[in-house]
Amino acid sequence: MSASLADYRAIVGPEIIDELKVAADQIKHRRLQHINSTLVGGGVAELLDRMVPLFRELGVETSWDVIKGEATFFEVTKAFHNALHGGTETITEAMLETYRETTAQNLQSVAITGDVVVVHDPQPAGLIEQRGDDRRWIWRCHIDVSTPDPKVWGFLKSYVDRYDSSVFSMPEFSQQLQIPQFMITPSIDPLSDKNRELPQETIERTLEQYGLDPERPILTQISRFDRLKDPVGVIKAYRLVKRRHDCQLVLAGGAADDDPEGAEVLKEVNEAADGDADIHVVALPPHSDIEINALVRGSTIVLQKSIKEGFGLTVTEALWKRKAVIAGAVGGIKLQILNGITGFLVHSSEGAANRAIELLGDPELRQRLGTNGYLHAKENFLTTRHIRDYLLMILALEEPSKDMRYLVGLP
Amino acid sequence: MPSQKSFTFHTELRLVALTGVKALGVSDLRSALQKLPGSSVFYHTHQEYLAHNFEKPIYYNDFAVWVHEALREEALAEKLAAIDLLGFTSIRELRAALVSTIDDYLPAMRRPGFECHPDDAFHFCKSKSFILPTGVVACDVPEFFTKLPHVSIASLYFHFFEARLRLRWRTNDFSRWIKDRGRPDLADAIDRLDPYVRTLDELRDAIVALADTPEPQA
Repeated sequence: MSASLADYRAIVGPEIIDELKVAADQIKHRRLQHINSTLVGGGVAELLDRMVPLFRELGVETSWDVIKGEATFFEVTKAFHNALHGGTETITEAMLETYRETTAQNLQSVAITGDVVVVHDPQPAGLIEQRGDDRRWIWRCHIDVSTPDPKVWGFLKSYVDRYDSSVFSMPEFSQQLQIPQFMITPSIDPLSDKNRELPQETIERTLEQYGLDPERPILTQISRFDRLKDPVGVIKAYRLVKRRHDCQLVLAGGAADDDPEGAEVLKEVNEAADGDADIHVVALPPHSDIEINALVRGSTIVLQKSIKEGFGLTVTEALWKRKAVIAGAVGGIKLQILNGITGFLVHSSEGAANRAIELLGDPELRQRLGTNGYLHAKENFLTTRHIRDYLLMILALEEPSKDMRYLVGLP
Repeated sequence: MPSQKSFTFHTELRLVALTGVKALGVSDLRSALQKLPGSSVFYHTHQEYLAHNFEKPIYYNDFAVWVHEALREEALAEKLAAIDLLGFTSIRELRAALVSTIDDYLPAMRRPGFECHPDDAFHFCKSKSFILPTGVVACDVPEFFTKLPHVSIASLYFHFFEARLRLRWRTNDFSRWIKDRGRPDLADAIDRLDPYVRTLDELRDAIVALADTPEPQA
């Protein structure tokens, strides 16, 4: 069951909730519709799952629709995803045609009902074909497109330029577009099962369930099994740390419906683990949020050694739990980890190992980073701030030429 | 006769917009400063005051920070950071000062064509501000000082920075109102506080410390 606005008041303060109400009151006449490509798994689905009920509670009529596609479509969009992240992918005309065909099918099946339509990521971007003049269309890009493959970006841009505005998670991701661009960082829900406080017994029970020894340090990376998260690089770092500290490693993650590569990467990870009893590779089933929460809370250090990253909400989740975090200096992680203040940024397995060794030998440093990380996450990366930014963007699109607008307070 | 009007504390919500424009070197920076909207110049010279800082930043001016970190042109960074924002009453003047600071420095630059690594590029942003009442109202000057400690830094940011440069009031909102309430001495004292050399928390403390200033005898 979702938390209500009243539940957030105690966490973020009454002023923040009052501000949300004022902003929402200005757009109550508009219906908001979100469209993405998966209901379960992955950061976007999680975000929407938490945000949609809160928009509704604020009085903004909000719906959430999901496009459909065959496995071949999601293989194409996964290749797009990798290419937009700057990876090397061969994109054929047949693949572009698959994208167009699935888009055409979804144009028939997805009813556009919102006055403001927010389309998330490349998979459903083609729905803009349906635009008329009476709705506002927003393309929300959650991925790192700082160095995109020109062919894929060119294909996608032909759709994106037809939107009213776009949203990116970092300034580095912005593009030369003919439409306004906004920066909205994603968020975590502090009251979700993945992030809420847990009884110590739950944490201990979960560690036991996964065969972890609570008396020895635990390094954990929570991520989908995706090469861009570099799980094999994490194993390499762990082996370097293991020479100095008798530690354990957890690599845990679920699968998303729109990620066909997961099983293949999981196999590579198990091969790299090579039967080491202290490496725990955990393929989590859907709805394992409490287990993930407990694994992070029970960890000594959290790693997120991504090679590319849209934002890295797993980092936010660890910061919120006051954990010392070591993460790749990529994408949105750089907004979250202020190096040496809220965690450590690294560029290699060796760098990750050095920082882990340093942190395992210095509990006070772990505590200081954890406290700062919690404050940073609380101020910048919680659901309430995210909802506020969406509301402001909708208001901004009503009067695009104005840089300053006065809002009327609630009675 | 002072006005009977009360003071309503407002606060500001800010949405960051991206321009898609980036700079890799000083010439890019200069060129972008000339063509980008004033809201971008304002954003990069003021946004750091609103950020929660675990440590005081080396400079509050984003351009100076970037010139220091990515270009390693320390003298130019210092000169940009030293531009006295209180000396301007319009963003147009501020923009001109930034450009002329770069122009004055260019002849002495050892590596005028140097470009930073693309990962370290400066990405120009701007912001849209949404102003709303906080619900906190002061009916007279003593009440103003009672309420001020409970007002957010976003409120101070609006009443000090936005009022002066974006709304071009030439002073801050607090001083304008207090002057109308018959205390020009207090208004002037607040106006003399330089908001650019302290955090907004420190600015609030400095204003609150003026509360007991005795009223001058006629």
